Amino acid sequence: MLRRFRLEEPESVAEAAELLGRFGESAKVYAGGTELLLAMKEGLVQYERLINVKKLTGLSDVTTADGALVIGALCTHHQLENSPVLRDKLPALTKLEQNVANVRVRQVGTIGGNICFAEPHADPGTLLIALGAKMIAEKSSSKREITAEDFFVDAYETALQADEVLTKIQVPIPAPNARSAYLKFGYLERPSVGVAVAFNLNGGVSGVRIAVGCAGPAPRRVAEAEALLEGKSKDEALRHVAEAGAAAGRAAQAISDLHGSQEYKEHIVGVLLKRAFQSALS
Amino acid sequence: MAKAMTKHSDAQSIPVSFTLNGRLQEIEVEPHELLLDLVREQLGLTGAKRSCDVEVCGACTLLVDGRPVSACTTLAFEVRGRSVLTIEGLAQDGKLHPLQEAFIEHGGFQCGFCTPGMILAAKALLDENPDPSEAELKHFMHGNICRCTGYKKIIESIMAAAKRMRAKA
Repeated sequence: MLRRFRLEEPESVAEAAELLGRFGESAKVYAGGTELLLAMKEGLVQYERLINVKKLTGLSDVTTADGALVIGALCTHHQLENSPVLRDKLPALTKLEQNVANVRVRQVGTIGGNICFAEPHADPGTLLIALGAKMIAEKSSSKREITAEDFFVDAYETALQADEVLTKIQVPIPAPNARSAYLKFGYLERPSVGVAVAFNLNGGVSGVRIAVGCAGPAPRRVAEAEALLEGKSKDEALRHVAEAGAAAGRAAQAISDLHGSQEYKEHIVGVLLKRAFQSALS
Repeated sequence: MAKAMTKHSDAQSIPVSFTLNGRLQEIEVEPHELLLDLVREQLGLTGAKRSCDVEVCGACTLLVDGRPVSACTTLAFEVRGRSVLTIEGLAQDGKLHPLQEAFIEHGGFQCGFCTPGMILAAKALLDENPDPSEAELKHFMHGNICRCTGYKKIIESIMAAAKRMRAKA
């Protein structure tokens, strides 16, 4: 059962931001609702108003501009798994989107909603951190960029201000020699651990970025593991990948929960990093 | 509608015009009403089942504009201007859909609780991909849970229906 709430349907970002500013914590942005409505049905959160942002225009497609893919926050997972430009430029994100939850959740759930809800056991944030993505946050009169790395603050907590709306996600278009992969593992509906890796391959491995998600409260970049692979030849990197995996596990801030113990998750981080790295190389 | 009598005095009412199993419906809903309750309690179509209630099991699957959604977690107003198909609308002129026939012929169900959702999800799959591989079928259907059959018969049923539908097309 859902408790009664009022629905607001702004037709511009400015109007949505104004409503958020006016109603503060008693209101929440609503898009696909696949996560928010579950929490509301369980009575974990309660709002007097939902602000349906699906009437905002220009936030439902994937375009390219200035060397970046620009993903509208209202794109559903279903749209993204079928986006030709995404498949061409960022196949790792296509594959991730094909495997989010199930077909019904992908049909209505949006990437913006997924990111803003910041459920710890979610997929996209981890890969977006490794890919160096930027979140575009807008309010009535201003706009700013937040790096994916800085966006995820804690479980269910992002760097967005109360009256900011996430409008777009910008992902730099990878160079022709760039490689990336995202792997996850879990035995419940949501993943226990997700690991993303991105790097450039010019004989050696450079620009290495590694992120771990689901293990702890928020997806995070693990610089300790990146340093062990950065600048190595392909063979050397492969020899160091187990060590990097162990470092990534230690740096993941894994916590014990229903999805596994801390020790278990740290181990799985190592396994997934090795496999993700190998998969990105092949 | 009896339901309307119980509505709050300050309730927000949203006019919703949509197509349900091919017939136009004009109703009013409150923002918090769920599609599953609308269809089951107000419109009397009980094929879609409330089971897990968290978008995991697929027993409440309905097709909205041909695509599967979890009616348990869809706000009713979201079907404004759209076309909703429930299992009750699948047979045409008293003739079962090929998927329904195949589920009967191949024993694609036991208790039957998951079957409306299974068949609607399978319809969405075959409408978009008339000749799925078994891997594609399993990937698409993995969000529909059957707690009786072990899935083998369900997969056989969908594959058989796909073949029959391709032959007819």
